[in-house]
Amino acid sequence: MPTFVSERHKPRSLPGSTRRPSRLSRTQRLRRDRSMLLMVLPAGLLLLVFTYVPLLGNVIAFLDYQPYLPIDQAPWVGFANFQLLFTDPAFWGAVSNTLQITFLQVFLAFPVPIALALLLSSLISSRVKKVVQTVVYLPHFLSWVLVVALFQQVLGGSGVVNQFLSQQGLHSIGFMTTPETFKLLIVAQGVWKDAGWATIIFLAALTAIDDALYESAAIDGAGWWRRLWHVTLPGIRPIIAILLILNLGQALNVGFEQILLQRANVGPDAAEVLDTYVYFHGIGDGNFGLGAAAGLFKGVVGLILILVANKVSHLLGEQGVYSRQ
Amino acid sequence: MSTTDARPVWAGKPSVPTRVIKAIVLIVVAVVVLFPFLVVVSTSLASQADLTANGGFMILPDSFTFEAYRAILSGGVVTKAVLVSVFVTVVGTTLSLICTTLAAYGLTRRDSFGHRPILTFFLLTFLFTPGIIPSYLMVKQLGLIDNVWALILPSAISAFNLVIVRGFFMGIPEELLDAARIDGAGEWRIFATIVVPLSRAVLAVVGLFYAVGYWNAFFNAMLYLNDTTRWPLQLVVRTYVLQGNPILDASGDAGSQPPTQAVQMAVAVLALLPIAMIFPFLQRNFTKGVLTGAIKG
Repeated sequence: MPTFVSERHKPRSLPGSTRRPSRLSRTQRLRRDRSMLLMVLPAGLLLLVFTYVPLLGNVIAFLDYQPYLPIDQAPWVGFANFQLLFTDPAFWGAVSNTLQITFLQVFLAFPVPIALALLLSSLISSRVKKVVQTVVYLPHFLSWVLVVALFQQVLGGSGVVNQFLSQQGLHSIGFMTTPETFKLLIVAQGVWKDAGWATIIFLAALTAIDDALYESAAIDGAGWWRRLWHVTLPGIRPIIAILLILNLGQALNVGFEQILLQRANVGPDAAEVLDTYVYFHGIGDGNFGLGAAAGLFKGVVGLILILVANKVSHLLGEQGVYSRQ
Repeated sequence: MSTTDARPVWAGKPSVPTRVIKAIVLIVVAVVVLFPFLVVVSTSLASQADLTANGGFMILPDSFTFEAYRAILSGGVVTKAVLVSVFVTVVGTTLSLICTTLAAYGLTRRDSFGHRPILTFFLLTFLFTPGIIPSYLMVKQLGLIDNVWALILPSAISAFNLVIVRGFFMGIPEELLDAARIDGAGEWRIFATIVVPLSRAVLAVVGLFYAVGYWNAFFNAMLYLNDTTRWPLQLVVRTYVLQGNPILDASGDAGSQPPTQAVQMAVAVLALLPIAMIFPFLQRNFTKGVLTGAIKG
């Protein structure tokens, strides 16, 4: 992620009147910059209407909102929606599923691209490196609908693997339909789709490590493991930290479309996450106030997670995801 | 082989078992990624007789037939969906690129009027996402339910892409722009005749990112479009391929037959094809465009 603000230029200066902007009055600057402001306007309006106004729309979490009445006629109910939400076992089930999936992702999926990048960078042939890199990167650009369709074709009830098993007289395996292993399936699909993308990032970080460090380590008698431990890993530590922070900041955003598409296969007990809870209970059941309360809860906790993760990273001496200038 | 392929002296030669294991791992990884594509493409090209005999899929087709593609492209539900998806992708990407590029340029001058608050206004959208329900109510309020523009406008601006473009613009030497200013060119003219032509590469990358996003979008269509005749391709893929259902039209009649396996896979290939076609370009420009923007910041 980009840093919040990265300015590389001093204020632009022109000979004559614009050289010392501070001398200009607000009206003069407004006149001078009107075309710049006009350029910002379309994008600004789109964000205003489709991001900022809906943000305010979260107020319906505190209303008894009915879709057929205008929003200003909905009675104020305070925290009643939240009370309902926090006493709903299905909600806590969704929180628990969300956290479990995040946990599994960090421990099972996160190391995969690091390993793959280390393997690729150890190859001598740049052609093989390039081919593998290209192949693993492709699924990143597919939609979740297609990823799930591809998985179904291979691992589904009548997919390639199960057909093969039944031809051998073995029992078929419900890869896609077993609630107990559903979370592992979600993680596996995530690895299949996005490990290649992260691999490229780690590879770029690995290439940036100075070869002289390896050379002097080797001269000092460090073997492969010690070079990995003392040169490679410290070299990619900042990027590992950033990606981990991003992961933790997104802890509540586990693959919404991915799970929405497959929830029916295993039922809500195993598959409900916060976003699908908002969708099915809020929009599906028409209970907008409750849904908005769940959405707002998720938004606020998610924001806190991002800020805390960023702070922790600064305290540990790493670059954060964003920083004040 | 080029000189970069030489092994550094200090690295030592890996043992034979190590090399064998590496090769096996790489082959397994490549097969795991590519195998599903092979099955899907082969199945879409197989005849129904072969499919029935083989249990519903093909790894390598015995005989090729384009029957499934002919069936879906001859003007039914799928053809309509392809047209919707193409419209959303082309119009959406154009709109997104124009708005993003203009705003990015408008935010390049640090001393301009209201620079700080306006920039913050854009960047804060990184942290705040409005949530499903308020977004849905907004779109409903604007009367965009069952309107294709609901697939375009809410996701038209990505602050991430905006930051990438702005970062690139700020690297353009300001002497160049100042020279044009002294010659009396206005900001619009500078933008159109100097900034945009210099930024073709980064604009192409950001345009492709937007295009992939529009083409792949699925949930917003599910949320905002009840009318199946306006569905984009991804939603058809879900109904046909994941659920194996026919698609009902607005009156509740089956606008289509339950899809055969070959048709299912042909629809998937259709959704896959544009991505596969632009992939070489995406891949080549990734390091140039985004890595610099994302990592160096």
